[in-house]
Amino acid sequence: MSFSFRHLLGTEALTRDEISFLLDQSRAFQGIQKQPLKKLATLRGKSAVLAFFETSTRTRISFATAAARLGADIMNLQAESSSTQKGESLVDTVRTLEAMKPDVIVIRHSASGAPHFIAERLAIPVINAGDGLHEHPTQGLLDALTISDRLGRLDNLNVTIVGDIRHSRVARSDIHLLSKFGCCISLSGPAMWLPPEMAGLAPGIRIEPRLEEALRGADVVIVLRVQTERLREPALPPDEYIRLYQMTPARLALARPDAVLMHPGPMIRGLEIDPAVADSPQSTVLEQVTNGVAVRMAILYLLTGGAPGLVSPPGPHAE
Amino acid sequence: MLLIHNGRVVDPARSFDGPADVLIEGDMIARVGPKLDASAAAGAERFDASGLIVAPGFIDLHCHLREPGNEPAETIESGTRAAACGGFTAVCCMPNTQPVNDNASVTRFILDRAAAAAAVRVWPIGAASHGSLGESLAEIAAMKEAGIVAVTDDGKPIATAKLLRHVMEYARSLDLPVIEHSEDASLFVGGVMREGPTSVRLGLRGIPAVAESICVARDVQVCTLTGARLHVAHMSAKESLELVREAKRRGLPVTCEVTPHHFTLTDEDVVYDSRYKMNPPLASRDDRDALLTGLADGGVDAIATDHAPHTQASKDVEFDRAPFGVTGFETALGLALEALVHSGRAPLARVVELFTSGPARVLGKKRTIAPGEPADLTLFSTDHRWTFRAAESASKSRNTPFDGRGFRGGPMATIVAGRIVWRRKT
Repeated sequence: MSFSFRHLLGTEALTRDEISFLLDQSRAFQGIQKQPLKKLATLRGKSAVLAFFETSTRTRISFATAAARLGADIMNLQAESSSTQKGESLVDTVRTLEAMKPDVIVIRHSASGAPHFIAERLAIPVINAGDGLHEHPTQGLLDALTISDRLGRLDNLNVTIVGDIRHSRVARSDIHLLSKFGCCISLSGPAMWLPPEMAGLAPGIRIEPRLEEALRGADVVIVLRVQTERLREPALPPDEYIRLYQMTPARLALARPDAVLMHPGPMIRGLEIDPAVADSPQSTVLEQVTNGVAVRMAILYLLTGGAPGLVSPPGPHAE
Repeated sequence: MLLIHNGRVVDPARSFDGPADVLIEGDMIARVGPKLDASAAAGAERFDASGLIVAPGFIDLHCHLREPGNEPAETIESGTRAAACGGFTAVCCMPNTQPVNDNASVTRFILDRAAAAAAVRVWPIGAASHGSLGESLAEIAAMKEAGIVAVTDDGKPIATAKLLRHVMEYARSLDLPVIEHSEDASLFVGGVMREGPTSVRLGLRGIPAVAESICVARDVQVCTLTGARLHVAHMSAKESLELVREAKRRGLPVTCEVTPHHFTLTDEDVVYDSRYKMNPPLASRDDRDALLTGLADGGVDAIATDHAPHTQASKDVEFDRAPFGVTGFETALGLALEALVHSGRAPLARVVELFTSGPARVLGKKRTIAPGEPADLTLFSTDHRWTFRAAESASKSRNTPFDGRGFRGGPMATIVAGRIVWRRKT
């Protein structure tokens, strides 16, 4: 398997082989998370810019942790302190950052396509850490890694995604990725968040507004965060959402007994998810977080020019 | 005197299509007929139009010249030079300048600038409401006296049915058409492209087609109430066209225009590149095909460019943040020939009509090649191969999705009031 892309902008453009390769590489970094000394010197002397134009805690810390564990230096740009607040354009901001000679830029932005826009204008690799309503490819990869860890495979699974599909970049990245492995993907949620056009996004997608129907026989259940800012008139009163779409033990029981229950976080207990489900043995919420670091280490490593396989088997390097 | 000889005159207003020479004296057409050389044309300057179509001067019902207020993007001078390169001899400029053209002094400013610097005729369109804010009627009669040819709040629809009614009643009494940018604001808000499979895939917020057709339905209803002439601007949706067709069947004075980008591209062409961002957004394939049918069969009255220049700095941003609009003068005829003539959908005379007598009718004017008419002519070829380069555009702006596109046929010379204002370099 060769590594053919310069940027990681989405899972849609990745081939199945490339995804398998990225997951294999990520596994090499999983081991490091379990060791007492977690820091490698692999990227010593390299630096990563984390350009977060939209507020984020978990994804930013996950990328920062990944970069730190590889020994890279980290430069942070956060929306509230950034010059975009002063009227500077995105392209000028990122060109300024590039002039500081980082080796990779990780971008989160509220506008769909912003990472693609800068990737066309910069010479360094761009990693999409979430763009608007479009994609969140490292989330897709960490979800796939988590599923494959739990169930031993990715192929031909029944996957149910529940919630605000329309506005979810996690859903899009998961759908594109899992579809390439022949998964049957059922999408469920309130009709206004479930555009019928989603069925055409990739092969194997089913739109099923009735959650109970969508859950039957599922191997994987992915509960999306309810973006509370969208839960207002005229969208949907929260109680209506809870009544029809909250993931409860009874609803989860419609899935296969060994089904995994996933959530990209941050989770709102009592809204999209019943606490009993969030804390159940089926829940992979914290594994997803741990795997997120491994996936992001692999991506940072590969995009900054690391040779595939070099880190396998992994071992910590004393500093 | 100028003699255009050896050309093929296509004049839809007179249903004429055949070889003929055109003799211009001063700013008027003096004679039209076969082989004028020998007789009256002695001593005239000659333009050999061998192999070319000689058409009445093209009219663009819809453009933005950005002056006053946004001269970095376009001026009356640069915009009309681009219009001349596109074969247009008259362009109607929308009132959403800064300040808005909602009173006679702005209208006069535009016409004074045009008299001083424009390459082609400039026919201003006045705002329907003060500041195009949709609250109170603009000074329409004074603007008409100053020279406007229509009223609109383009950029948005006339805000309420009540105001639209008043505008239409008043415009009717002044014999002005009301041009509507038909769009339901509540369905439009936040959208950046047409809602459909591509918007869902790209995660770009969608604008449903009905955002347009709902408003067209309202506009047609108010037209029945007032009897004023209603012209639907840059129509993009099949449903809107159906409403216009139905209105025409009922004998209502309703017309519509379609832009080259809407009859050429679809939402499937949209990528994260703001050169594909305009309003109305690129529509579905189904809509595009319906528009092509309407252009061919008379359902659509005119091709209008909606030439909307924007500076590089304002467009070179995230798709969500970019302003709506694309330039369009120089590619309009090439795209029309491609979509209608070379595809076999419509005869050449129909395309000429869509650029000449069609838009003229909307404005209550005529456009024909006959003695005593203004000597405005568009000469074009239907077969020479050329490539459009935005960097070489006469416009100050470059925001076009057609940069680098190859064309078969296009403008060769533009004559306004007897003067050759542009001629293709060979």
